[in-house]
Amino acid sequence: MKLRGLLSTVFAMAFGLLVLLGYFFEVQPFYGLRVVFVEWAVILAGFAVLVGLGNLVTVHIKKIRAREKGSVYGLLLIFALLMTFLAGLAWGPDHPNMVLLFRAVQFPVEASLMALLTVSLAYASIRMLRRRLNLFSIVFLGTVLVVLLGTASLPLLGDVPFLGDWVRPFVSQVIAGAGARGILIGVALGTLTTGLRVLFGADRPYGGK
Amino acid sequence: MTAFWLGVIGFVLVLMSGGLMLGLAFLRRKSPPTFREIPAFRHLQDAIGRAVEDGSRLHVSLGRGGLISPQSASALAGLVGLRRLAALTSASDNPPIASAGDASLAMLSQETLRSVHLTSPVGTAFDPTGGRLTGLTPFSYAAGALPLVGDENVSASLLLGNFGPEAGLLTEAAERQGTFSLAASDSLPAQAILYASAQDPLIGEELFAVGAYLEAGPLHPASLIVQDLLRWLVVVVLLVGFVLKLAGVL
Repeated sequence: MKLRGLLSTVFAMAFGLLVLLGYFFEVQPFYGLRVVFVEWAVILAGFAVLVGLGNLVTVHIKKIRAREKGSVYGLLLIFALLMTFLAGLAWGPDHPNMVLLFRAVQFPVEASLMALLTVSLAYASIRMLRRRLNLFSIVFLGTVLVVLLGTASLPLLGDVPFLGDWVRPFVSQVIAGAGARGILIGVALGTLTTGLRVLFGADRPYGGK
Repeated sequence: MTAFWLGVIGFVLVLMSGGLMLGLAFLRRKSPPTFREIPAFRHLQDAIGRAVEDGSRLHVSLGRGGLISPQSASALAGLVGLRRLAALTSASDNPPIASAGDASLAMLSQETLRSVHLTSPVGTAFDPTGGRLTGLTPFSYAAGALPLVGDENVSASLLLGNFGPEAGLLTEAAERQGTFSLAASDSLPAQAILYASAQDPLIGEELFAVGAYLEAGPLHPASLIVQDLLRWLVVVVLLVGFVLKLAGVL
């Protein structure tokens, strides 16, 4: 077990370092190795989808066996998954019937959830004022209102001239743009140190103590 | 400047950051640095204590950041959080449950839970369904993770990773169940939504501070210090660039 953990760490560090070198120096052999390793990773990730589907089916079979709450939905999920999987194997993912299946089932369901989310968010915004009444929350909601009013046409009134022409572009492109860049720089630095911890073997998502 | 020299500068910066991290982790190993208090982490400690006491579970949503996507770092930060939370609740009969919207991430969450289980004092058998793939598209992932919040005796939901607007559905479900929710993401739209809907949102790069605040190891606080140093470097470079541009040099 210890040897397995050690080997995993050594392999992860060595492959990680080679891929990193391939990104910084687009010269052989680093570049070629990087391309090969990333292609292997893509193939493994594709296979992981099959394993993940196995995991999904196992979870729902366990639910159905235990007659847990909502196990009927689990049965429906397994049935739909198998049917779609077999249809995909038979027709291929680009077949018009598969595209229709996606457009007729998956797309409307996700659109409905998006619609549900807008209602949830409106309610959450009001709840936020109850839970966390501070300057940031007020600025947050004020900005949301300004951008919404500046974007959408109001019934009978149409576009709000000053908000739509000047305030909204200023808020969304200057203030929000600057803030977003600051956050993204912070995220990039966090990404760098997270990657380094994995390279050093301090974070081992692949298991081991 | 040629691509080669840009590569050299980038590589040297990465090497320097790595060296600094290792050096700081070694120097500060006996007196770990203290960071500003983030109330969300204090609330999280309370939630962990409650979960261990009343035998409930933590639910960790790891998002949809695949390992071969640019969002992999947020997924890795989420896995660090999962590992630490699993270790902190290892005395409980109910280990945390993890949901992911990416297959490779779901496999890694299982491996993370398994490796913590091997060191756990509790003698129960390992449940391989503790790390789950709940869906492969944004909303199918959220729809698959929603029942976990309500049906699995979950007392706290933690969203750590890359999400889109669908994260709002998960925090809303936690709110309906009256459970604690802490959320952090590297995605800007998700951060805006989580700010409004989560009980304790983490903003910006605070997602990457989870390991340091949960005491996941000496390299975590060191990496936070290195992030701060690099941030100052970026500020200086921006200011110098601004001055040079004003002076007409650039």
